[in-house]
Amino acid sequence: MKFMKHRWLFFLISAIVLVPGIFSLLTVGLKPAIDFTGGTLLELHIDKDINEEKWKELAGEELALQSVQTSAGDNFILRGKPVSEEIKQNFVNKVSEEVGEVEVIRFETVGPILGQELIRKMLWAGLILIVFILLYVAKQFSDISFGVSAILAMLHDSLVVLGSFSLLGYFSGIEVDVLFVTALLTTLSFSVHDTIVVFDRIRELNRKYPKYSFEEMADRAVSETLVRSLNNSITILVMLLSLVLLGGQSIRWFSVALLIGAVTGTYSSTFTAVPLLVEWNKRSKK
Amino acid sequence: MTSLTKRLLFIVFLTIFSAYIALPSQFNLDFSIANFKVQKEIHVPKISINLFGNNFSSDIPLKKGLDLQGGMQVVLQADMTNIAAEDRDDALDSAQEIIRRRIDLYGVNEPVIQTSKSGDQYRLIIELPGIDDPKEALSLVGTTAQLDFRLEKEIELPDDSEENLELILPDNLGFVQTELTGKELKKANVQFDPNTGEPVIALQFDGTGTDLFAALTTDNIGKRIGIFIDGIPVVMPVVSTAILDGRAILTGGFDIESAKQLSIQLNAGALPVPIDILEQRTIGANLGEASIQQSVFAGLVGLGLVIVFMILNYGFHGSIAALALVVYSVLTIAVYKILGVTLTLPGIAGLLLSIGMAVDANILIFERFKEEFRVGHSYLNALELGFGRAWESIKDANLATIITALVLINPLNLEFLNRSGLVRGFGVTLLIGVLLSLFTGVVVSRTLLRSFAPILEKIYKKKDKS
Repeated sequence: MKFMKHRWLFFLISAIVLVPGIFSLLTVGLKPAIDFTGGTLLELHIDKDINEEKWKELAGEELALQSVQTSAGDNFILRGKPVSEEIKQNFVNKVSEEVGEVEVIRFETVGPILGQELIRKMLWAGLILIVFILLYVAKQFSDISFGVSAILAMLHDSLVVLGSFSLLGYFSGIEVDVLFVTALLTTLSFSVHDTIVVFDRIRELNRKYPKYSFEEMADRAVSETLVRSLNNSITILVMLLSLVLLGGQSIRWFSVALLIGAVTGTYSSTFTAVPLLVEWNKRSKK
Repeated sequence: MTSLTKRLLFIVFLTIFSAYIALPSQFNLDFSIANFKVQKEIHVPKISINLFGNNFSSDIPLKKGLDLQGGMQVVLQADMTNIAAEDRDDALDSAQEIIRRRIDLYGVNEPVIQTSKSGDQYRLIIELPGIDDPKEALSLVGTTAQLDFRLEKEIELPDDSEENLELILPDNLGFVQTELTGKELKKANVQFDPNTGEPVIALQFDGTGTDLFAALTTDNIGKRIGIFIDGIPVVMPVVSTAILDGRAILTGGFDIESAKQLSIQLNAGALPVPIDILEQRTIGANLGEASIQQSVFAGLVGLGLVIVFMILNYGFHGSIAALALVVYSVLTIAVYKILGVTLTLPGIAGLLLSIGMAVDANILIFERFKEEFRVGHSYLNALELGFGRAWESIKDANLATIITALVLINPLNLEFLNRSGLVRGFGVTLLIGVLLSLFTGVVVSRTLLRSFAPILEKIYKKKDKS
């Protein structure tokens, strides 16, 4: 199959996915969770329904509720300023006077210093990982075009994941927390995983059949690895999808981030990294 | 026996052994097939062996993280402004020790109390599984230790003594408070008696403390002075002489370990650090229980679908891959139990992800086999050619995942990297998953395929002819 003839189509598909995400990233940005900003998250289970106004009134200035969400199982998720156990207890008592029994499902409060530290730590983790992957790719492929294409594909995948969550944040109020960053880092490894396999094949074929053009060899490498790459991704996607659909509330968005990462990681190896490589090769020959 | 048979036997043995470890010691079977209801409680007999004084038991519980069993995590900031720079490490250790003592007294299963220092930030990270009263728990960890010196009181028994005695004794244990408190204690440290070489504890008082202690000892030779922390005695030395210079030595058969422990505890009174709560997370036990059930269900459904996919796609080869996958799952659970991996929700996600990735090796082998078989190689040759390249590709492709997992786990405990339990939980299961899948994907699948090759060969030959 002549995949690489259609490489501009693949770039276009990437662009269609990337542009809204990047636009959203630049204008709206991401919605950081209390892990990063500091604050309080209180998940309560009550039998009655209270509207947002009432919640804010009950919370008063000390808790300063910023948002009220309902989650599965008729729980309310309240977000506000960081508070002490005492203030929380007072609040819960007040709610209990209003509606009867209250069950505290989750209570998290994070001071602002820790949030900044966490951002720093996650940036370090990302940086170390990227350096390692760069070194690894450089060791694998002495040719710079291979390395750069693999890294660009990785960038592509990170932007897809980041962009999706920026959009999800804007439309559904989904926040990014420490687990999101974990998923993002895992996406990086998904991304190089498949890229390395197909690049290996291109290099091998190129050496074996020097007479054929680079594009022909890229096509052949893609058709030889595509089934394996797809099949392997399908099994990963099956596991992640069942986790997203059946795995419960707490790690749903973590699973979604991993899922998006796995999909774009599979796509980009064949349809971003290889076309980039072919394009680079064409231009450098001219 | 050929080496292939040996390997097959080894794998069978390993799987049975792992399954034995992986199974909980008791579980319920409850399902119905058509109108036939099965409801049975199954007990797996567990063995424990005593070897060289260490107890080895096959009944290892799977450790559950806070997010799965419910509980509370608190990050405390120790305020070191009033503590001299060189004493700060000691002060942090003491705070940790005191909190551990209180938690132990309160009775919490497997609490985690860690110290963490980054730059001039001194912190304590505390995990209390199964705590459902956060208020009480916070009072355990959030208050500064109170140390005071109390003097033995001669108990005057009233006439109707019997009842009163019980009332007096447990409360103050026959000691009365003195003016001397932890504030006047400058420091406690372990020293060695120059004559006997035994470890002793040296106490050093400040100006006021020296005077108070001198008065206390002068008047009470032969009596006991109790040193109390949070109202509970830690040591009760007998005054042998009057101590006028504010330097007391506690002797009395300590070994190094107990002397160190005691001096750390005493320092908590001498170097009190006010503590602020930086972060608090409380998770109700119900949430965790529901999450486990949901994710285990998700895992089983996923595993089933992957097996179906493999069989549909690769036929008989697929069923061998499925078999290898089951071996993989059983091994993984056994490894978690043996290594004592703390399972968290993200950890379960890592496990499921790694199951999805584990069939990669099989897919590589089978795809390569198809290629070679198509171009006319014999069944066995095609299979061997399939194996040949698989290892290289798997190794290369998985290295990136291994690096990622290591960065997430932060095994060197680097300060500038993440140390959160959730992220680590994911990293650990991902790493174990990838490493084990290298083993099952290459060793187990290969052995199984070779063992079944004579049967499979016939099937494939038939297919070829038809």
